[in-house]
Amino acid sequence: MIRIEHLVKSFGPLEVLRDISTQVDTGEVVAIIGPSGSGKSTLLRCINLLEVPTAGHIFIDSIDITSPKCDILKVRQNVGMVFQHFNLFPHKTVLSNLTYAPMKVRGLSKADAGKIALDLLAKVGMSEKADQYPSRLSGGQKQRVAIARALAMEPDVMLFDEPTSALDPEMVKEVLDVMKALVKTGITMCIVTHEMGFAREVADRVLFLDGGYLVEDAPPDVFFSAPKSDRAQQFLEKVL
Amino acid sequence: MNLDFGQILPSLPFIIQGILVTLRFTVLSALLGFTLGTLLSLLKISSIKPLRWFAEFYTSIFRGTPLILQLALVYFATPQLIGYRISPIEAGVFTFSLNSAAYSSETIRAGIMAVDKGQREASMSLGVAYRPMMLDIILPQAFKNILPALVNETIALLKDSALVSTIGALDLMRRAQVVAGQTFLYFEPLIVVGVIYYVMVMGLTQAAQVLERRMRRSD
Repeated sequence: MIRIEHLVKSFGPLEVLRDISTQVDTGEVVAIIGPSGSGKSTLLRCINLLEVPTAGHIFIDSIDITSPKCDILKVRQNVGMVFQHFNLFPHKTVLSNLTYAPMKVRGLSKADAGKIALDLLAKVGMSEKADQYPSRLSGGQKQRVAIARALAMEPDVMLFDEPTSALDPEMVKEVLDVMKALVKTGITMCIVTHEMGFAREVADRVLFLDGGYLVEDAPPDVFFSAPKSDRAQQFLEKVL
Repeated sequence: MNLDFGQILPSLPFIIQGILVTLRFTVLSALLGFTLGTLLSLLKISSIKPLRWFAEFYTSIFRGTPLILQLALVYFATPQLIGYRISPIEAGVFTFSLNSAAYSSETIRAGIMAVDKGQREASMSLGVAYRPMMLDIILPQAFKNILPALVNETIALLKDSALVSTIGALDLMRRAQVVAGQTFLYFEPLIVVGVIYYVMVMGLTQAAQVLERRMRRSD
């Protein structure tokens, strides 16, 4: 469970997140949407402390990750992240991309980490590419490997930062399909996305951000059919 | 023109022994220099200001004064200062490592900065600590990009190593001068040594190309 209380994030004089409070229950899938520059990615990146909040608190399973005493590395081991630009390690094969952190961080043996990795590669349909380098893969394939890499740490929470935004249109579906399969496993997911159809289909809740404010926090049916705020209405008119 | 390479033939084994001295000197200085240079580059990108200042000050000193002066200072001043009689080779390796570290730290810093910041974020998001992140993820990619520049630096080290002849180390250059002194022939020993330097640099260039090809395997 993730609980966010009065989260504020500023970059110098620029306030990117203003007093955000919400909660994501265990197993819940939350879609974070909004216009560009609204703070979606920053909110997501605060949850694994890639951005350090300026004020407020974030609790993951009742541990305050914003407390200076908190072991950030420990938190991150439990929170997987998938990036817009994949960020695979280009000098490592697909398999070593998956086994590196489990071996280095969790101390798994090569055999154990390899077993988990091959299992995950099978699940994302990338088994036959295990020994390839990332440069040989298409965007969609890279992103599926990146999802598997994050899952290899066996996290409780998965964060997705616009996972399909850098993909060619015909590759979007293969990544969304992997994510849909992931939803069924019951893992907690926070997804920043511009794929409204996908958000509507898989999300339990939609968070709509605008100008750093959390403007709406509603189930997708309610949000997409009857958004309360003007800002959300305008946004949906443009994107739907 | 009356060149007589036959006259210096008996001295050839003596000259050739200098290859080992020059090579050992270059390899030691390069390894120590790049290690120290890597540490300095990490200080330069550190968020702690005094560390950054120190690294920048260090670089300015070694780039701002002549190498031969640094060498003379270390070799002649060390005994006076701390009473330790430093050997020419020790003084040479010490000075060249420190000097090379100053130059290579700038190259390595640029190499690290050129690695996409997503690599750092991906490592962090997996819970990887700073040290393994640098050693396993960032530095291998940085070194791959700056390999040509580091090869240049090594070639410069190899050739600049001739400067240790000025403090009496029996390297290639010094041996050529010794032979010249014995035979009163200057042209022949200097040409022989010149050819040896050239062949060594060519060998280094070839080795670097093989290494670069291997590192580009993942492209």
